[in-house]
Amino acid sequence: MTQAQLQETANIPAHIDEPGIRKWQDYFSFNTDHKVIGLQYLVTSFIFYCIGGVLADLVRTELRTPEVDFVSPEVYNSLFTLHATIMIFLWIVPAGAGFANFLLPLMIGAKDMAFPRLNAVAFWLIPPAGLLLIISLVIGDAAEAGWTSYPPLSLVTGQVGEGIWIMSVLLLGTSSILGAINFLVTLLKMRIPTMGFHQMPLFCWAMLATSALVLLSTPVLAAGLILLAFDLLAGTTFFNPTGGGDPVVYQHMFWFYSHPAVYIMILPFFGAISEIIPIHSRKPIFGYKAIAYSSLAISFLGLIVWAHHMFTSGIPGWLRMFFMITTMIIAVPTGIKIFSWLATMWGGKIQFNSPMLFAMGFVGTFVIGGISGVMLAAVPFDIHVHDTYFVVAHLHYVLFGGSVLGIFAAIYHWFPKMTGRMMNDFWGKVHFALTIVGLNMTFLPMHKLGLMGMNRRVAQYDPKFALLNEICTYGSYILAVSTLPFIINAIWSWLYGEKAGNNPWKGLTLEWMTTSPPAIENFDTLPVLTTGPYDYGVAHAPANVSPSENPVLRADADEPYPSIESDIETRT
Amino acid sequence: MQSQTIDPAKTELNHHHTAETVGHHEEHPDHRLFGIFVFLIAEGMIFMGLFGAYLAFRSTIPVWPPAGTPELELLLPGVNTVNLIASSFVMHNADTAIKKNDAKGMRTWLAITAAMGAIFLVGQVYEYTHLEFGLTTNLFASAFYVLTGFHGLHVTIGVLAILAVLWRSRTPGHYSKEKHFGVEAAEIYWHFVDVIWIILFGLLYLL
Repeated sequence: MTQAQLQETANIPAHIDEPGIRKWQDYFSFNTDHKVIGLQYLVTSFIFYCIGGVLADLVRTELRTPEVDFVSPEVYNSLFTLHATIMIFLWIVPAGAGFANFLLPLMIGAKDMAFPRLNAVAFWLIPPAGLLLIISLVIGDAAEAGWTSYPPLSLVTGQVGEGIWIMSVLLLGTSSILGAINFLVTLLKMRIPTMGFHQMPLFCWAMLATSALVLLSTPVLAAGLILLAFDLLAGTTFFNPTGGGDPVVYQHMFWFYSHPAVYIMILPFFGAISEIIPIHSRKPIFGYKAIAYSSLAISFLGLIVWAHHMFTSGIPGWLRMFFMITTMIIAVPTGIKIFSWLATMWGGKIQFNSPMLFAMGFVGTFVIGGISGVMLAAVPFDIHVHDTYFVVAHLHYVLFGGSVLGIFAAIYHWFPKMTGRMMNDFWGKVHFALTIVGLNMTFLPMHKLGLMGMNRRVAQYDPKFALLNEICTYGSYILAVSTLPFIINAIWSWLYGEKAGNNPWKGLTLEWMTTSPPAIENFDTLPVLTTGPYDYGVAHAPANVSPSENPVLRADADEPYPSIESDIETRT
Repeated sequence: MQSQTIDPAKTELNHHHTAETVGHHEEHPDHRLFGIFVFLIAEGMIFMGLFGAYLAFRSTIPVWPPAGTPELELLLPGVNTVNLIASSFVMHNADTAIKKNDAKGMRTWLAITAAMGAIFLVGQVYEYTHLEFGLTTNLFASAFYVLTGFHGLHVTIGVLAILAVLWRSRTPGHYSKEKHFGVEAAEIYWHFVDVIWIILFGLLYLL
């Protein structure tokens, strides 16, 4: 080989899809490394969380007093429409995809996703879609018809904003379909040979169920939006009753996606919580298979209950009964998970650190949201509180008390793996305390408001609701403040935090068996399973995992494999 | 330093370009094929959504198609349907040929498939220009144009995919008995487009 050739091969030109992270600029490039993409997803979605949060606080500021005195009614409509759209499609859904991207290949011992370039494409559809929405708000012509965009309302409230909304949601839907294809193929085809389905960490099971759901439901929303776009832009009347169309068909298509979407938003974090609770309780997970299969059951049931959002849309009575019963049945697999987590914690050596606190907060608040969900599933009750703040309270307990607390639990838990540094636990606890107070102060009074009869999506209301609304508004300000310690803690810890080592929580799943942050292709040698994913404190486990025998350990690992004997001592 | 031999495979930057890892992105042909199937499930669900909406509109209106809708001619779309079904078999020949290492045969069959797909599209456009109803005439007309149009878009993508395979196959050895993922992917996609058309034809023209 000539010197010139050597030079050429040794200095590979900056290639557009060179995988891996070498300098911080790589996070802003079209990178195909799943870990880079995972962080891109997480950071981007967190930025949208902040934007969506500002919109929420503007909505709450308008609602602080019964009169319309802060923004015009049109702007108010745009604010709550975009708040919901951003929080759902640009924060919770992509955050779940972010964790899946970072963790799945590590957890199953793969070098990367099945389709790294497709993966990058899926991510890079998100920023333009989000920018479109924000631009529509800045130019003062954003969608005003709520995040459901029900026709015929959505056909008369402003073409530009509605068109942008449809375009943006179609892009985000495409992104999540591409992501789901990647997750499914990766999980089904790229596990290390020794990992059967029952050795898979529960987060992988959760993503399997989530991806199947995305794959089957998101395209139906796309079909609905395509028809809606024709109505809006080309003058067809699919959903416009004046031309013989049927708006209820849109509702069916919309909820066929958007009901499963709540499981798309919660299942990944059910998975994350199933990882976090056993590690920080130092106990094997209770009911591994029950938790794994209940994810699949939730997926399946989630697909057949969409019309419970339409009890007041004039669907036939017998159909209401079907959807009421199937909806209530979902409480069973969900309950299986909740009780398995409680049983895992029972008698464990619980470490009350930030990830565990958020996980426990998740379980507690999600149960409140779940119970109000069972109430809403009952047709008579639903008809009574339909489109009131009771529904708003329910969905925020599920999505904020569930998904968002789950995201924070997962961030605190995997931050050391992602960055190689620990987050500050004290400020994590401050963040947790502010969040729990803010969340309950904001959303608990809404149950009462709903039962008293306050409508959702209104800027002006009866003065008798004033006091509770004021409490909600101040609660939302606390929630806004609660993110500050988190943001500062995350940035500071990323730069100067205490070095984490490879396995700060002494985990047994494969992602802890490599360096922090993991090297470009994750593992030097093909990992071999020597223990179950949750064998904490199990008597036979230590013999299986002495450092010298464990081929999973990287040569440059700076600490021995965690000793599990200490767990056993505390348990006996 | 000059005399020292550097093994490029061991340098930091070239770590990922060793013989074992150079095919990192392309090393799982079976995964890619599986990926195509998973992708087509999503595609299928878009069409299922559209078909479901069509059936829902149909069930809410007592007379379907709505009174005054001109009857559809069956001859041209019928011929077009036969053409599309036949093209699926032609496409399969291309795949069989490359599995016997017959690159020339494959190219011929691919070209015929692409031509048949193009004929289908021309036929569809011809039909559009001769129909006596427009996009906004009534609900049936709107559904007809949107559904057939969306399918036509997929045929177009299929033809482009086949042409892309044909373009790549001009390099000798690009596709071979062992390595023919592109051909198979295009074939599966083409069969999918065909199956969707059969359902669509039944729904719109016959039912």
